[in-house]
Amino acid sequence: MSTTLTAGLSPHIKRRDSVPRVMWAVSIALIPVLVASVTVFGPRALLVLAVAVFSCVFTETFVQAFLLKKPVTISDGSAVVTGLLLAFNIPVSIPLWMVAVGGFVAIGIGKMAFGGIGNNPFNPALVGRAFMTTSFAAPMTNWRLPLVFDGSTGATPLGLIANSAETGMSALQSDLPGYFNMFIGNIGGSLGETSALAIMIGGVFLIARGLIDWRTPLFFLGSLAAITGIFWVIAPGSYADPLFHVLAGGAMIGAWYMATDMTTSPMSRNGRIVFAVGAGLLTGIIRLFGAFPGGVSYGILIMNALVPAIDSHIRPKRFAQGALHEKT
Amino acid sequence: MSKTFPMGGIHPPDTKIAAPAAITPLPLPAEVIIPLGQHIGAPAQPIVKAGDKVKAGQLIGETAGFISANIHSSVSGTVKKIDDVADPSGYPKKAVYITVEGDEWAEGIDRSTTLKKEITLDRESIVEKIKAGGIVGMGGASFPTNVKYMVPEGKTPDTLVINGVECEPYLTADHRVMLEHADEMLVGIEILRIALGVEKAVIGIEENKPDAIKHLKERSADYPGITVESLHMQYPQGAEKQLIKACTGREVPSGKLPIEVGCAVNNVGTAYAVYQMVQKNQPLVERVVTVTGKQVKNPSNFRVRVGTSYAACIEAAGGLPEDTGKVISGGPMMGMAVADLSIPVAKGTSGILMLPKAESVRPEVVHCIRCGACVSVCPMGLEPYLIEKFARADKWDQAEQRAAMDCMECGCCSYICPSGRPLVDYIRVAKGEINNRRRARAAQ
Repeated sequence: MSTTLTAGLSPHIKRRDSVPRVMWAVSIALIPVLVASVTVFGPRALLVLAVAVFSCVFTETFVQAFLLKKPVTISDGSAVVTGLLLAFNIPVSIPLWMVAVGGFVAIGIGKMAFGGIGNNPFNPALVGRAFMTTSFAAPMTNWRLPLVFDGSTGATPLGLIANSAETGMSALQSDLPGYFNMFIGNIGGSLGETSALAIMIGGVFLIARGLIDWRTPLFFLGSLAAITGIFWVIAPGSYADPLFHVLAGGAMIGAWYMATDMTTSPMSRNGRIVFAVGAGLLTGIIRLFGAFPGGVSYGILIMNALVPAIDSHIRPKRFAQGALHEKT
Repeated sequence: MSKTFPMGGIHPPDTKIAAPAAITPLPLPAEVIIPLGQHIGAPAQPIVKAGDKVKAGQLIGETAGFISANIHSSVSGTVKKIDDVADPSGYPKKAVYITVEGDEWAEGIDRSTTLKKEITLDRESIVEKIKAGGIVGMGGASFPTNVKYMVPEGKTPDTLVINGVECEPYLTADHRVMLEHADEMLVGIEILRIALGVEKAVIGIEENKPDAIKHLKERSADYPGITVESLHMQYPQGAEKQLIKACTGREVPSGKLPIEVGCAVNNVGTAYAVYQMVQKNQPLVERVVTVTGKQVKNPSNFRVRVGTSYAACIEAAGGLPEDTGKVISGGPMMGMAVADLSIPVAKGTSGILMLPKAESVRPEVVHCIRCGACVSVCPMGLEPYLIEKFARADKWDQAEQRAAMDCMECGCCSYICPSGRPLVDYIRVAKGEINNRRRARAAQ
């Protein structure tokens, strides 16, 4: 027989999926957010996005080709995703060189320093953002108001609340945007965090595609609403309501795109629930009592650090688990 | 919502292209090679020698041990030699080579197609006869059937589960048996039900075979003990533990057998073989084999005499397609890609599948991105990524702690992994190593 046969062990068929397909699907899911950010903040949003993506891809190429002298794997699309998410987490008015530095830190320190894709304990985009928040405090909180391209700036809804300690919530009510504006994204904030609608369109696509676990955003936002809700019920005059907290700031983009990051979240379903609840509660606590903005980023980063512990203690449910307990 | 097993599982395209092909007998080959070890357990001892004349259905190898099975000649002719032949994984195994002459059957074997419904034998005699007929599980594992029906002291079975799931993509042999031999198979199930000493038998069939479900529901109306359960399609539902869970809701504990929860499981093909032996005296010497593949000219379901070469089956289905990269013994999820097509069909050969070259190459292995897909598809609730990691680092104790031995090698994790990681392969290595160490400990 002239045909050469390949011998080998099962399985012999494979789902047509690969790391690049996963990463490009995430990028596609971010398109509605991209459209929303350009609509809300104008064409400069595209410039910020381009610089962030370029900086991330360039850093990964540079590190792999010249420092590690290994094959360059930028075509897997993961650096593009990091760049997009970083840009979505910073204000539109920020100087572009700062964006480039943020991208460099996100990939260089957040990802490549740990060994590249799959090895990073922290979400690289959040590492970049955390670095920028502490290093460029003023430009990182220079929020431009939506649909105003003349450069006027103002406070975000969360910013208004943070400054409300003296005046009380009631004095603020008239300044806060309505829930509808918060839902569609017609508010101040980072590039990609304003439109809950756009975020959810992409998020539902990722759930349908089987790439993220629906429980993560649900438990993240649920526990954020729960903890902020407790304080609101006790003292509605001093605290914002839970719906406000869910729609404001980075809660939506964090819950759907950052807490669901595969590499930096737990492997088991129950582990992911613990992770999401923890991140939601921490976000709430930081927002209620913290001095800094950025509850979502730090909430998620802290839980990122706990992932190895979660993975080793919260194991998947075994088949016939009940019988295992009887034995011991 | 129809029943299924609760955790893990995948939905590969079922590609049952041979499903419409009725069972046709494969012409007798010029020579058969009948391996003496076609089952789990000790190979049979040959009782014939070169030059002996044999008839079809005649005993040529005797059981050698508690877990073993008789081997019968599948043809009439002259024993040429007793020599090694490769099994699907390439290991040499002792076999009886027989030159075919005519088609004469041993005395007492009823080759007619008349249905014989009355069951006259009692429990013990049935089990004896199953043992005499060399009947083994025909779903793939080839476990000697009689052993399953020797119920250990203190266990009281109450349900016989019959596996008509055929969850492996491409394979259609069981499907055709259910459609074309429902009556014989149902008598076989009655026989097994009596052998187990239970009232209830349930046949689990996946929803992708609505014709079989409908047909068996109609035909089983006369049998009050037998019910047909329509199951939601999900791989690996044909695995014993998953099937019992889907059909009865019971969970067989780790490291235990179905009898622990009062069940025994047999395949529909096995039930048919049991009928042939108990009612018609015909030992297990032929079986239905699906010969298929996307490029195959005539995807078929052949009735094949044990010992016929793979090459003969492939020839009858239109020949080996030009760009074939793999020929698989069994299904694509758990079968073995063979290197040599002169090897013989055995009692457990459910299919011969030809995959094109493009589908025969494994993807490039890239770094794990911790997506967790392997964990979520594992039907046993294991962490394949972690066992792989331990196996690569020779950390066998940790692999054992993470229940590597619970793995049945269904392949869901490797199928789903976007990084193309050889997860099952490393789990196999871990299982082998853990077994070696257990044996070493026991020997001390």
